[in-house]
Amino acid sequence: MSIEVQKLWKRFGDFTALRDVSLHVEPGELVALLGPSGSGKTTLLRLIAGLEYPDAGSVSFDGEDATERSARDRRVGFVFQHYALFRHMNVFENVAFGLRVQDRARRPSEAQIQARVHELLDLVQLEGLARRMPTQLSGGQRQRVALARALAVQPRVLLLDEPFGALDARVRRELRRWLRKLHDELGITSLFVTHDQEEALELADRVVVVNEGRIEQVGTPDEVYRRPTTPFVFGFLGEANWLATTVEGRKATVGFRPDDLELSLGPLEGHAFPARVRRVHSFGPRAKLELVAANGDAIQADVPAERVRSLSLSPGAEVYAAPRELQVYFDDVQSGT
Amino acid sequence: MIAAAAQIPVATSASAPRVRAALQDPPLLRAGLIAVALGFLALFLLLPLVAVFTEALSAGLGAYWAAISDPIARAAIELTLVVAGISVPANAVFGIAAAWAITRFDFPGKSILVSLIDLPFAVSPVISGLIFVLLFGAQGVFGPWLLAHDVKIIFAVPGIVLATTFITFPFVARELIPLMEEQGSEEEEAAISLGASGWQMFRRVTLPNIRVGLLYGIVLLNARAMGEFGAVSVVSGHIRGLTNTIPLHVEILYNEYQSAAAFAVATLLALLALVTLVAKRVLEWRIRQESQP
Repeated sequence: MSIEVQKLWKRFGDFTALRDVSLHVEPGELVALLGPSGSGKTTLLRLIAGLEYPDAGSVSFDGEDATERSARDRRVGFVFQHYALFRHMNVFENVAFGLRVQDRARRPSEAQIQARVHELLDLVQLEGLARRMPTQLSGGQRQRVALARALAVQPRVLLLDEPFGALDARVRRELRRWLRKLHDELGITSLFVTHDQEEALELADRVVVVNEGRIEQVGTPDEVYRRPTTPFVFGFLGEANWLATTVEGRKATVGFRPDDLELSLGPLEGHAFPARVRRVHSFGPRAKLELVAANGDAIQADVPAERVRSLSLSPGAEVYAAPRELQVYFDDVQSGT
Repeated sequence: MIAAAAQIPVATSASAPRVRAALQDPPLLRAGLIAVALGFLALFLLLPLVAVFTEALSAGLGAYWAAISDPIARAAIELTLVVAGISVPANAVFGIAAAWAITRFDFPGKSILVSLIDLPFAVSPVISGLIFVLLFGAQGVFGPWLLAHDVKIIFAVPGIVLATTFITFPFVARELIPLMEEQGSEEEEAAISLGASGWQMFRRVTLPNIRVGLLYGIVLLNARAMGEFGAVSVVSGHIRGLTNTIPLHVEILYNEYQSAAAFAVATLLALLALVTLVAKRVLEWRIRQESQP
């Protein structure tokens, strides 16, 4: 099922959460909505689910307009950030809920419900926990119950709001791999919201970077990481150094990553600039350096520790730094275009 | 240095054999405070309760039974049950509706509504009764119209129901608003996105989640509805056997120097209070159980 979002606007009082957002998601894709908190990514997800209605614009599934349709009729599976499990129902009843509320004509028999719920609990590896109450589960287990519950009604689209936000780092990584595998098995069109760039880049087929209610860039993880079209995307997807400069007579800002810096004692080929070492912090195989460019800008460098030793760099040393890859953003071009 | 350090524990253990927590009061002060609290409790709560029962039984069990089974007393008990039977469900529904509106929607005048809900607690019950007399009494705003259509509200059962419902309006809403605010609407949104209708969502998700809080509100609401005196006294007209509730009946008996009978009927309200206290404790315990993660 494809999702088509066109020119969506959403205001909450004086706050404009979404400004003219358009997005297309292909059937079977796993897409990440990535952005800082308050950027509007969750609002976009809720608009697609029908939990909010837009002030303007449209949402359609497979070319069929669903803007006016209620969440109840959209057949969208929604996994809430804090899972929103029904607290007074056990795991089994939580998963069975979507089946039990169907009209009499479509509702499966009790035996079919039993079979379907157990199949889903098997899928999310919670087979033995059917009788547990939500409060007796760990965060990762609740997350998987929420997922099974959403999948029970065979949704056409799966939407996940910060699916790993409330979990600790180890569980998060495990669950991330598991979710990717599950998605590949089921092939259901999925959209998830995250503020964690690593999560978005590792998990998604395509990443949609959202900022201040607008889409900044849409692309594969490699595209948005290697060729960020706006300074915001560049800065949000990884650590960034910025240098003000002029390129072809126009004022511009140059961005480059700390780990894309080549250091040397003598002048280098390419875009090298002189800098002074202010601090060296070396641990394990990498060393992090704080440099000061000639114009006073602070520059972070992340180089192999071996390089620091071979150049015998210490605070006060004069070096040349050359970014292997850099992005040029002209100041007279408005960001976001 | 070493010698001094070694001496310190010896010195303290000699002067204070038992370790005392920083915030613990001296034993004498503690005993005094507890005695004051318990004495106060006995004097103002326990003693009156005991007095009600001893006075009620002072003329013997036979007189006690006669006072309760007297036809006029029976009528008062029945009226009290009828009034509570209407006010309690009505306010349970109003309370859920108000709590729902306040916690789930944003609308102009919401903060005014929140403060208005407390109005019945803020004004004297006598004033609450007078409001209804001024509205529906013979000289009231709707008086002529009601008279013309032969509808009796004041000095009749509808007036008592109205006054009681007004007085007890806040109980359920007050209980549910913070509860529903804390629970949020995510579970309800989840129910809708899973295909539930509005009614299915309410019955299967909302109601079970607020069940204990709702019962708690209803228990307190019921106690007040049955025990209300001031507002009911103003609108009732004190017609024996017709518009007297239990509290009004107790007052009439007492004014007629039938104090044993008055206390006998009063024991019914005292028993209601005891049952209410027990129910309240049980529900509070359930609420704590449910809120534990």
